[in-house]
Amino acid sequence: MTLLQIRDLNVTYRGSRGAVPAVRGVDLTLEAGGTLGIAGESGCGKSTLAMAVLRLLPANASVTGEILLGGEDVLTMGWGRLRAVRWVGASIVFQGAMHSLNAVQRIGPQIAEPILVHGKAAKAAAHRRAAELLELVGLPASRARNYPHELSGGQRQRVMIAMALACDPELIIADEATTALDVMVQAQVLELITGLVAERGVGLVMISHDLSVLSATCDRTAVMYAGRVVEIGAARELFTGARHPYSAALGSAFPVIGDAASRRRPGGLAGDPPDPAELPPGCSFRPRCPVAAPECAAAEPELLALPGAGERHSACFVAQAGGPIAVQRQGSPS
Amino acid sequence: MSAPTRPVSPRAVARARRRRAAARAWRDYRGQRSGMVGLVVLGAIVLLALAAPLLVDESALSVTQATGGRLEPPSAEFWLGTDESGRSVLALTLWGTRLSLVIGLTATVAAILIGTVVGVTSGHIGGWYGWVALRVSDWFMVLPSLVVAIALLAVLGRSAATTVAVIAVVSWSGTARLVRAQTLTVQSRPYLERARALGAGHWHQMTRHLLPNVLPLVLASATLLVPSAILMESSLAWLGLGDPNVVSWGSILNRASDNGAVSARAWWYLLPPGAAILVVVAAFMMCGRALEAVFNPRLRGEAP
Amino acid sequence: MSLLLVLFSSFFIFRLIAGDPIDQLTRERPVTPEQRAAMRAELGLDQPMWNQFLDYITGTLTGDLGTSLQFRQPIAELVAERLPATLLLSGTGVVLAVLLGFWVGTRAGWKQGGRFDRSQVATGLLLYSAPTFWLGMIAILVFARYLGLFPVNGMRSPSTPDEFLPQALDIGHHLVLPVLTYTAVVYAGYLMVMRSSILDELGADYLTTARAKGLRDAEVRRRHAVPNALLPTITMVFLAIGNIVNGAIITETVFSWPGLGSLFVSSIFYPDRPMLQALFVLFSGSTILAVLCAEILYWFIDPRIRKS
Repeated sequence: MTLLQIRDLNVTYRGSRGAVPAVRGVDLTLEAGGTLGIAGESGCGKSTLAMAVLRLLPANASVTGEILLGGEDVLTMGWGRLRAVRWVGASIVFQGAMHSLNAVQRIGPQIAEPILVHGKAAKAAAHRRAAELLELVGLPASRARNYPHELSGGQRQRVMIAMALACDPELIIADEATTALDVMVQAQVLELITGLVAERGVGLVMISHDLSVLSATCDRTAVMYAGRVVEIGAARELFTGARHPYSAALGSAFPVIGDAASRRRPGGLAGDPPDPAELPPGCSFRPRCPVAAPECAAAEPELLALPGAGERHSACFVAQAGGPIAVQRQGSPS
Repeated sequence: MSAPTRPVSPRAVARARRRRAAARAWRDYRGQRSGMVGLVVLGAIVLLALAAPLLVDESALSVTQATGGRLEPPSAEFWLGTDESGRSVLALTLWGTRLSLVIGLTATVAAILIGTVVGVTSGHIGGWYGWVALRVSDWFMVLPSLVVAIALLAVLGRSAATTVAVIAVVSWSGTARLVRAQTLTVQSRPYLERARALGAGHWHQMTRHLLPNVLPLVLASATLLVPSAILMESSLAWLGLGDPNVVSWGSILNRASDNGAVSARAWWYLLPPGAAILVVVAAFMMCGRALEAVFNPRLRGEAP
Repeated sequence: MSLLLVLFSSFFIFRLIAGDPIDQLTRERPVTPEQRAAMRAELGLDQPMWNQFLDYITGTLTGDLGTSLQFRQPIAELVAERLPATLLLSGTGVVLAVLLGFWVGTRAGWKQGGRFDRSQVATGLLLYSAPTFWLGMIAILVFARYLGLFPVNGMRSPSTPDEFLPQALDIGHHLVLPVLTYTAVVYAGYLMVMRSSILDELGADYLTTARAKGLRDAEVRRRHAVPNALLPTITMVFLAIGNIVNGAIITETVFSWPGLGSLFVSSIFYPDRPMLQALFVLFSGSTILAVLCAEILYWFIDPRIRKS
């Protein structure tokens, strides 16, 4: 059965400046045990998407569409059902654990809390389970007595993972879970996540701005820009051979360790993502696009399957017409 | 970006920027209902205070020229009844507006002056002086204000001037702390470093750079200082420590309680002066909170 | 060190500014220069200022606060006599004000801008704006004079039998109006402080985590937001202890409550300078002590400070 199905999701924030669309017509699916990465810069709507899955958006966000978690629509659930589904159906590993954890409460009770809230166990059993979870993520059980500020960044992130596993969810959403960490720690935490996910057959949605990380940890990757999915396909292939100019830029923005050439000629893209309240007409990427064609100013491209490219979908007129989507650089690897 | 069509001096640019900022601040302020209500009420009260001599002759305050009976309830002649000497309570309350406002405002201005000077110098000069100034202002802030005020007045004697001085003495420390904190923040900003590099002396730095940045904050805190000054003046006057020769709301209530207004159930004597204090203080507080919210959007319920 | 400053300032105010005490003592009666000299010697006023100051400090620290001119008793005795009454009134008032203020402030700030928030903030504003003594007088007028529900002033009625229970009930009966007045004015401050602390926590990430875990809104508020908001609130409450003393002085005077506050006020007009001086030191000193306690307390309860 499809674990997660997002259909035509639109999220608009109502603010003092009027309506700001953060997510515009997104469709995504994830099978049980599958792994999906969502990539994009800040402000592209990926975090909003993650929060929407458990209806954690602030009151000024208006949400339309469907989010089917295990067949039930999260957006139309009653409050009681929603509270029951939270953390049990799907849980989230937030980034920046220093602020995502309660600073004046010890680690143990924070991990045990969802277990107790959902009535999965009595107090003593819940704390035992919390200790087990700590060991599962590679921390000594004695850490349960510590406060968040007594742990290092990497340790705190492991705590977040332990906490996310507390109620044995079907789906885990990792929202920039490793972004704030040092590279070495990042690698360890990623390994931990992917290991646990594979072991337990849990679904994983991993959100990051680093395409290379996603290519190593997920089966498929979706790239978001200005609230829409602009490319989606098998993660590894998408990273090495993007079929949307934005994905190509995103992928080359990070120098590859060990590849001297990429460090000497960094990729990346000039300019900033568009202001969601004032999107340009036509394709929202056009102002920054190196291969923009005349038709790109007329209408926003749909996310269409590319002929002969397997499961790859791209929302780019140029790619759909079969043209090159990146300007070739001298001496660049692919 | 187009080139300017005529040379624009830096000062004119700064002025234009400040005018825009002020306009924006006013717009933000206007959006808050409580702030506007407070402003309107204050305006009305100030008008009443200024118009008092026109509305009621000053002779109404004189004990010897009083025409009413003792502690008479409201009637057609005396809308708010009379006090123990036969004077019109309405007249007394109206005249009391002037002094209560004047003392409140003067004391606040004095407190702000002291506080700003201490705050800016302690933040800017720092070092030994700064440390001492901080300790002193902290110390003043903690002390119970009424106790200090009473002690000083008991020793210095009663007059409008000593009342103002005493209130200023107990009130300046809050401002000093705020101003010092803001000075320290502004000090670390790059343009101040540049000014120093360009040879700006201490005085120039303090008046041209620090002061303008500190003033909006000072204004907001001043609006909240006035009500506490008015409350303090009324408490001191009620205790009998105010100037015996003038009429303020506190002194009216002092005379009321001394002359048994409570046991005589003379509610017309007791209600108006106190209600007047309540209205003025509440109005100032509404304006003050609205001002605070202008500078700190979080308080308005919006994200900054 | 601050305590030393208190003593110094008290000395400064009452001796140096206020002038020669002998003049005050001999106000009513004509005295000869020899008698004046004798009085000076007796009171130790012929010694240099430094000595007088040192004597004063040692005296205060050993409990000798001087003699009241009004009552002709050692001040320390008078203080001990009237301290319980003040503690009863202020203590009850503060506890009530804190509990109510925190309860309302939390709920008001949590749903910022909602109906409860707006109405409670407005009520608090009105109560804060009313002068304490005026509220007291109105309370007496309405509840004591018109409705006759409560006694007009004082702490006890002389006609009560001298056993524990009737006495306690009588004191309680007398306590109602003063405490109501006292609480009404002080409560608003605590409400605003707690509300502001909760507002500071409102957008925090750990609250989102709590909600994501499936907690009810009230549980999120109670278990996560409030403990974090309490920490800065408690310090601020202690720092505002000056208000407590001010309120006590006024309330006791309005209701003729036989505590230290009304003693202070009655000493003004006598004028009983030694009493004023002693009480000044007492009030200021205890305020400073309270702030010190607050710092220690905060050090204990904030895990971040304790362990770091």
